[in-house]
Amino acid sequence: MKQSNKQYWKGIEQLTNSHEVVKNAEREFPEFLPINENGESGGSSRRDFLKLMGFGIAAVSLAACEAPVRKAIPYLNKPVDVDPGVANYYASTYSLGGNYCSIVVKTREGRPIKIEGNKLSNITKGGTNAQVEASVLSLYDKERLTGPKAKGADIDWVALDKEVISKLEAIAAKGGQIRIVSNSILSPTTKKVIADFKAKYPTTEHVTYDADSVSAMVEANSQSFGQAVIPSYNFDKAQTIVSFAADFLGTWISPIEFTKQYAVNKKLGKDKKTMSRHYQFESNLSLSGSNADYRTPVKASELGLAVAHLYNALAAKAGLATVSVKAGSFKNLDKAANDLWNNKGKSLVVAGTNDVSVQVLVNAINSLLDNYSSTINLAQAVNYRQGNDKQMAQLVADAKAGKVDGVIFYNCNPVYDHASGTELAAALAKVGFKLSTSDRMDETASLADFVAPDHHFLESWNDAEPKVGSYSLGQPTISPIFKTRQAQASFLVWAGGSDDYYNYLRNNWKSTVFSKQTSLMDFNTFWDKTLYDGVIELGAPSAASVAFAGDVAAAAASLSAKTDNGPELVIYQKVGIGTGNQANNPWLQEMPDPISKATWDNYLTISQAMATEMGITFVESNTSLVNLKVGGKSVTLPVLVQPGQANGTVGLAMGYGREKAGRVANGVGVNAYPFLTSANGFVSFEITSGVSIEATGEKYQVPQTQTHQTYMKRQNIVQESVLSEYVKDASAGRFHPHVMGYDGEKKPSEISLWSGHTYSNHHWGLVVDLNSCTGCSACTIACQAENNVPVVGRQEVLNRREMHWIRIDRYYSSDADANDVKGLEIAAENPEVVFQPMMCQHCNNAPCETVCPVAATTHSSEGLNQMTYNRCIGTRYCANNCPYKVRRFNWFKYHDNEKFAAVNVAMNDDLGKMVLNPDVTVRSRGVMEKCSLCVQRIQAGKLTAKKEGRRTNDDDVTTACASACPADALIFGDMNDANSKISKFLRLEEKEDKKVVKEERAFHMLEEINVNPNVFYLTKIRNKDLQENNV
Amino acid sequence: MLKHINTVAYCKTVLLGLLILSASIFSPAVYAQDANAISTDPAVIQQGEALFKANCKVCHAVNEQVVGPALAKVYERQNMDWIIAFVRNSQKVIQSGDPYAVELYNKFNKTEMTAFDFSDDEIKSIIAYVKQETENPTVAAPVATATDGATPAEGSASAGMSSEYFYIILVVLFVVLVLILIVLGLIVSVLTKFLNQQGNLDEADKEIVNSKTDLGAFMKSKAFVGFAIFIFVTLVAKTAVDGLFSVGIQQGYAPKQPIAFSHQLHAGQLEIDCNYCHTGVRISKSANIPSANICMNCHSIVKTGPQYGEVEIAKIYKAVETNTPIEWVRIHNLPDLAYFNHAQHVEVGNVECQTCHGEIQTMEVVQQHALLTMGWCIDCHRKTDVNTADNGYYDKLVELHNESSKSPMKVVNIGGLECSKCHY
Repeated sequence: MKQSNKQYWKGIEQLTNSHEVVKNAEREFPEFLPINENGESGGSSRRDFLKLMGFGIAAVSLAACEAPVRKAIPYLNKPVDVDPGVANYYASTYSLGGNYCSIVVKTREGRPIKIEGNKLSNITKGGTNAQVEASVLSLYDKERLTGPKAKGADIDWVALDKEVISKLEAIAAKGGQIRIVSNSILSPTTKKVIADFKAKYPTTEHVTYDADSVSAMVEANSQSFGQAVIPSYNFDKAQTIVSFAADFLGTWISPIEFTKQYAVNKKLGKDKKTMSRHYQFESNLSLSGSNADYRTPVKASELGLAVAHLYNALAAKAGLATVSVKAGSFKNLDKAANDLWNNKGKSLVVAGTNDVSVQVLVNAINSLLDNYSSTINLAQAVNYRQGNDKQMAQLVADAKAGKVDGVIFYNCNPVYDHASGTELAAALAKVGFKLSTSDRMDETASLADFVAPDHHFLESWNDAEPKVGSYSLGQPTISPIFKTRQAQASFLVWAGGSDDYYNYLRNNWKSTVFSKQTSLMDFNTFWDKTLYDGVIELGAPSAASVAFAGDVAAAAASLSAKTDNGPELVIYQKVGIGTGNQANNPWLQEMPDPISKATWDNYLTISQAMATEMGITFVESNTSLVNLKVGGKSVTLPVLVQPGQANGTVGLAMGYGREKAGRVANGVGVNAYPFLTSANGFVSFEITSGVSIEATGEKYQVPQTQTHQTYMKRQNIVQESVLSEYVKDASAGRFHPHVMGYDGEKKPSEISLWSGHTYSNHHWGLVVDLNSCTGCSACTIACQAENNVPVVGRQEVLNRREMHWIRIDRYYSSDADANDVKGLEIAAENPEVVFQPMMCQHCNNAPCETVCPVAATTHSSEGLNQMTYNRCIGTRYCANNCPYKVRRFNWFKYHDNEKFAAVNVAMNDDLGKMVLNPDVTVRSRGVMEKCSLCVQRIQAGKLTAKKEGRRTNDDDVTTACASACPADALIFGDMNDANSKISKFLRLEEKEDKKVVKEERAFHMLEEINVNPNVFYLTKIRNKDLQENNV
Repeated sequence: MLKHINTVAYCKTVLLGLLILSASIFSPAVYAQDANAISTDPAVIQQGEALFKANCKVCHAVNEQVVGPALAKVYERQNMDWIIAFVRNSQKVIQSGDPYAVELYNKFNKTEMTAFDFSDDEIKSIIAYVKQETENPTVAAPVATATDGATPAEGSASAGMSSEYFYIILVVLFVVLVLILIVLGLIVSVLTKFLNQQGNLDEADKEIVNSKTDLGAFMKSKAFVGFAIFIFVTLVAKTAVDGLFSVGIQQGYAPKQPIAFSHQLHAGQLEIDCNYCHTGVRISKSANIPSANICMNCHSIVKTGPQYGEVEIAKIYKAVETNTPIEWVRIHNLPDLAYFNHAQHVEVGNVECQTCHGEIQTMEVVQQHALLTMGWCIDCHRKTDVNTADNGYYDKLVELHNESSKSPMKVVNIGGLECSKCHY
């Protein structure tokens, strides 16, 4: 087999192979050890030694005294369902800012500690993402308001209600205007509550906006089909997917749902040798773009043009009239057109631009391809984004004009996250009555007269209708921590009703959802079952073709008007922080961005060519600050050279630069929202003119993770091939190392010092499908929540001491020679990207085990590499000897440490600590830690099986990462169990007491050193043509 | 010499004492029995003791007044028939107008004694026990403990025997040693006398013969000083190491609890299943200290206790009324780094509570029975057979184990000593 001559690289600095990188790559730890907390120079002195010794003796003598009295306080009245030590699971619903996920909440002793996906949901199908996983920590945020406020002072609910009702009645009496402003509301019952409120105060209008607005899509669908909705997409039915800057795997509309669907066609196996093909045209390298088979960097101003050209190409094939557009050439566009045409009715074109013209053209294309009868279902409209940019603009204008007398901000923060936020802030002075239901004194709430804080969603009753015919219930999993009140109850009280939202919800369901279903006759049974399941599907009309009535020519004409005006700014969302509504969540702040691997910051992503032009270098997180000017606004921020960034464009993530989110988020990054512009009444995330960037010459460091973790050799870490090769030979792309012995070449596994382990009971293993993994990092956060992984903060990430047990390595690859600047630019222009989740490989011949002087890391009889914290003395030999660099050292005591109190909130205040998993030790300073394959879950699963007197099965045990994965890229199971998913997937066979893996795509990372891991990887197969892959 | 004699005499006394003691413990009672007299047969006393502890002890003690009167010498105060009648139905006796019974009833605040449906022999055996307790409470005590549980009785008795023999042998050896020393001393003095009387020794020989043992010089010799220092350092080091090993070990820890709850009463006499109150023991990692509502299941009716009357039970009512949970003092404190699961041991492993918690049913105040050190855990994992009966989980494991070993499958054989079984 021909070996690939592709070059893989982690970042620009490695591509250039600079002196620094080579030096650092050989080191496990940075040379400097900045752990001297006193700030004294020099090492320890004799005095320090004496001090320590004195303290030690005192400590020992103290410890020898009577142990402190510890109390054990049982319940006074034990709830029937709660048994201390036994976890309870409740189905519920996550809906935040229009993002939806059906979830199962794990609670211990009445407090939620972990969120899992709900497999019963037809929409999210058990998947989650990083934001959903992290939301449990937001519940325990100390910055949340502890009760209602009036003019900044505490007030009780009765007094607040009295004042609010009198103000509202006063406004209503004089016929003044009241507005309720919110993000997309998925809950039909909440909408009914708002309708009740409107009935009481008839001058009320409900204004919905979304920080990541797709309002233009709704408008386009209205123009094209007469239906002002967002349709359901079925990526699983699409063989060809073309996306114009829609990051549907990362942040666009319903990423969990889309990832589940997308992954279906990425699976390969003995009986399935077909894959979908994905084209992406975009400016910033997005998560979707990095997963695309063909990706073309396109300037933001030319994106519409690309869509128009695609339309023309397809129209020509269909024999329809083409539209007149400016000339332009886009790589891969014709190929995409051919594929789309060949997969008519099995294809899907989406665009992420908030521009009606582009969306109309996309609708025209999909209509032309007959996709509305298969991959797009207009009849099953989704409710994820209901924001109306025009309504919101009108509200700002009305407020400015003093026409609004009262405004209620229902769980939204437009002062921060709307394009006209600053104008709105100024205009609010003219509004007589301002109320916010925000859970904290955020940018908007701090301008309001009254704050009536809402419960966290884990404390509330709620429902959701994510799409037509799909209903979902949310139930409280903890009693309210603070004196907050559910916003719906507040609205009901202000509308003159009772604050019993639970019964209101029940009654509404009785009259709506219950009456629509026929399977259950008794409402109580129906309610209990739905509450247990979390979801109910009533079915929706299936996709049917609709007549396209849009004006393609007009749309194309408006596109052509765009011209080239210097650098273009594209505001995007990061997978972790999103729009910034959970910015005060340190798990999300420290989650490395899947693409840039940066944490705790946002930055301007620029292309290598632009960096060279500006004289900016970017080596191992060291970069420079620039001044970004857009119109009259300017901001100073760091740059990050992003391979794949379309030349001439720069990217900036929204959700950062919070001022009043709390101490975790405040001051992190810069706020991108003020740069948003409005085009034809729609918020535009692409600023194509009036952008200027000046280097300031100031140095800066962006805390990135991956630049400092490295392997021995990288060439064969990623093993990939293309589909056509895979069809011919299932082991295509596999690297088969050989070792020269005295009797000729041998497989590394045939030469070993060790006699190997026998696993008579269980043999746990993990399979990572590189082909399905989208890099979304849900696993990283799930692992963090499950295993009490500390957050270390910005400086410690810079010091290369992040603690994540599972990381996603992102490699760029290209075949251009990077030895000169020109070559570097070419290589960085549009590299291929591959994501590789990396956790402890649980080697059978583990290098770490042999070097530990105290046997703190040992091998179990079930295939696990065990780490025993209380035995570890912190020599760090194991980490030095680990070829995968997955061991993490506790350089500090991260819990109960003032130094980390601001970032590691889950281990530093009483409230935050409630999120900790009581089954997992919180590690202390000076010990090593690493992935345990969720041994606590394994033990719990085994116990369940033992209690029932049977062997374990796949349902008993899974790891947090595998359970969170929306792409099902991680498969965990018992390799000794012939019926387990992993055994079947790897097609394990017993031969001479050895397990033989029959699956051709499976490989061990660094097979040549024969550490024989229990983690398997499956080759990445791209659906590309052979020559283009340059194999 | 006098000292030596004293020692021997002392040893003899001890020996004799031990012999008498063991004789008094183990000699069977072979006196002739009168049919109506109170039995002194140990078997009868043992039966009586068991009955007493299971039924009477809630309200009575032999030598002190608890809820009911002290039972000491009750056999002298009343005849056996009266006693039997009173035990079977005290109200009947009182209502019959028996003056003693009425007086007793009034004296104890008209508390009714529960009627017990015992046979004559059973009541007699109880009285036999009471009599023995009355006459000889101290000697009876060790017997009582020894006969309390089935297996420990044998164990502790045989352990006592062997250590006694050990001491006897030691004493005998010591006596022999002293005798040898005396004999040797006599020989030396006789020889010296003899040699001096001979008078034909030269000066050098005379010096040797008449040399006195210089104790002072010996004490100052390097060898002795070195040896003494070595012994001293070793002892100090051993004490220090032993001391360090005991850091954090709270064996025997029996703190005062906010409510003087008696396991002896609830688990011992009333034989309430542990699982009834410790609801988590078969399902959860923690056995759970019962919540007040579980106490209230019974104590909403039972308002008086045998020992403290209403005082302690009232504390439960107060907690419930004021909505303040009871703050028990935690006795078994495993460090956070160790994971222990009750369900695994009790439900799956079928381990008795007493294995780790000791004879909890006899504890008036609960104390930590086991060491709760890792060595203690591991020791049990090494010795204990896995409870594989009727458990499909273990079928294949047992099969594989039996292929390679003849001994039953212990916990250690299925990874019971691995770090990640308890530390994660």
